Amino acid sequence: MSRSGLLLRQVAYEQKLYWRSPSSAVFTFAFPLLLLVIFATLNQTENIRSLGGVRCNQYYVPAIVAFGVISACYTNLAIALCFRRDSGVLKRIRGTPLPPWVFMGGTIGSSLVVSILLVGLTTAVGVLCYGVTFPGRWGALLLTLIIGAFCFCGLGLAMTTVISTATASPAIVNGVLFPLLFISGTFYPVTPASILGKIASVFPIRYFEQAMFAAFDPRVTGSGIEPGPLLVMFAWGLGAVVVAVRRFRWEPRRS
Amino acid sequence: MAAIKVAGLRKSYGPVEAVKGISFEVAEGEVFALLGPNGAGKTTTVEILEGYRRRDAGSVSVLGMDPEGGGSRLRERIGIVLQECGFEELLTVGEIVKRQAGYYPSPRPVEEVIDLVGLADKVSARVRTLSGGQRRRLDLALALVGGPDLIFLDEPTTGFDPAARRNAWDLVKGLGSLGKTVLLTTHYMDEAQYLADRVAVIASGRVVAEGDPKSIGGRDSGTAFIRFALPDGLVLSTLPVAAKLDGDIVVIETAEPTRMLHALTGWALERGLEFQGLTVTRPSLEDVYLELVGK
Repeated sequence: MSRSGLLLRQVAYEQKLYWRSPSSAVFTFAFPLLLLVIFATLNQTENIRSLGGVRCNQYYVPAIVAFGVISACYTNLAIALCFRRDSGVLKRIRGTPLPPWVFMGGTIGSSLVVSILLVGLTTAVGVLCYGVTFPGRWGALLLTLIIGAFCFCGLGLAMTTVISTATASPAIVNGVLFPLLFISGTFYPVTPASILGKIASVFPIRYFEQAMFAAFDPRVTGSGIEPGPLLVMFAWGLGAVVVAVRRFRWEPRRS
Repeated sequence: MAAIKVAGLRKSYGPVEAVKGISFEVAEGEVFALLGPNGAGKTTTVEILEGYRRRDAGSVSVLGMDPEGGGSRLRERIGIVLQECGFEELLTVGEIVKRQAGYYPSPRPVEEVIDLVGLADKVSARVRTLSGGQRRRLDLALALVGGPDLIFLDEPTTGFDPAARRNAWDLVKGLGSLGKTVLLTTHYMDEAQYLADRVAVIASGRVVAEGDPKSIGGRDSGTAFIRFALPDGLVLSTLPVAAKLDGDIVVIETAEPTRMLHALTGWALERGLEFQGLTVTRPSLEDVYLELVGK
C-alpha cells in the first residue's frame, strides 16, 4: 500500500476509535457544543462595551469555535495518547513496520476531521440560532482553523511527554487548559493591558481567539486574515512538534 | 544460517545491570527458549532483539540486521508477542487484524490467520469482550498476520489455566512445524521442555546453561537415582552397595545406573527378594533448573 493510502486508512481507523469511545465523543465533541448553547442563550441580548458594543454572541461564537478546535486537537490527543501508551497499544504499534509519522499523521488527521465538523456545527448553530453574522470569509476561517489545528495538535503531542501516567492526564491536560482559556478571554473579554491579559499574551489561545474573532467580525474589511496572531500560533506549534518528536514515548513508564 | 546471533550482550538500567554478557545463537527454523526466573533479564534481552531497547555493549544480529538500525525493514519480517500488552478495545477482532495486515508488504490472509488461532467465531466481536485466553490468541494472530520469518513470544502462557496453556502450546508447536523460527521466554520448565528444540537457562543476567532440554545440565549423563522400599527384615548395611535411607525408601545415587542396577538385582535374585517400588530416575528439568539458578 502507498504511504498516502496507508495514512488515509489510519485516519479512518482513528475515526472509528474516536466515535466509538464515549469519553472522546462526549467530552471533546459534545462539550464545546454544550458550552455554546449555554453561553449564547444566557447572553442573547447583551452587548460588550469594551469591544465597541459588539453583540455578545458575535464574540462568543468564534471563541467557542476556537475552543472546539482546541478540544478536538489538544485535549483529545493528549489524553487519548496517554491512555493508549499506558495500555501498551503504542508499544504494539511501534513493533510493526508502520512508520511512526504515519501513525502520528493518522491521529492528527482524525483530529482535523473532528475540528472541521465542530467548526462547521458551531458556526451553523451560531448563525442559525443566535443571529451571529458570518461574513463569508472562508479563507480566513479555514486558514485559522488549519494553523490552530497544527498548533494544538502539536501541543497535545508535546503534553504527553510531560505526563507520566494516563490516570493523571485529564487533570493535567485540563488543569493547564482551563485557566488559560479564562485569561485568554474565551468566556469573557479580557483587556490585553490587564495583568491577566499580559500573561495570556504569552500563550497561543488568546491569538487563536483573536484570529477567529476577526474572521467573523462584521466591522472588519478585507480578508479578515490576522498574520500576527497566526504567526504566533504557528511558532508555538513548531516548538511543540520539536519537543514531541524528540521526547515522545511509545512505552508506559517502567515501574 | 543463524536467525539470531547474540554475543557479549550487556544492558544496565541506572545502577542495575540487568544483562551481564549474554551470548547465544538461534538457528533458522528452530524453537529456542530463554528459561529463567522473573528478573533474570529475559525480557530485556528479547526487547533488545525486537528493537525496543538499545544495548550498552555486545553485538546482536537478527535476520542479518542490527535491531537498533533495522527499522521497518526488520519489523516487516518479525512478529512480536509482548509480555503484557493492551489492544484498542473498541475495534473488533476482524478490524484489528485487518488493520495490522495493512502494515506489512506481504501479509497472510486475515481470515486464515483468525481461523488458525481459533477466533473465527469472534471476528465481529469487540476486543473488550474477549477472555484472557482469547486475547492471547489475538496477540498471536497480530504477530502472525504479517507473515514473519521470526516470532518472539515473551511469556506466552503466564497466567493461563491448564487447558488454555495446552491450546497455546499446540499453536506454538504448529509454528515450529511451519518452519518459523521462534524465540520464546518462559519461567515454566515444562513449557520449555515441551516446546523448545533448545533452551538457554538465564539467571541474574547470565546464561548458566544451554542445550537440548533433554540433556541440559547433564540430565541424561549425570547422576541417576535408584529408589526402592527397604525389604522387611533387612538393614541398610547389608545391601551390597552404598545407599541412604529416605524414610523407608532406599536411595542410591550413581553415575552408572546400569552397572549398579545389575549388581543390586543380581544380589536380590540370589536371595529371592523383590524390591517394591523400584525406580531409576534422572533429575527433572526442574531439578536441574533449580540447581542452575541457585535456589
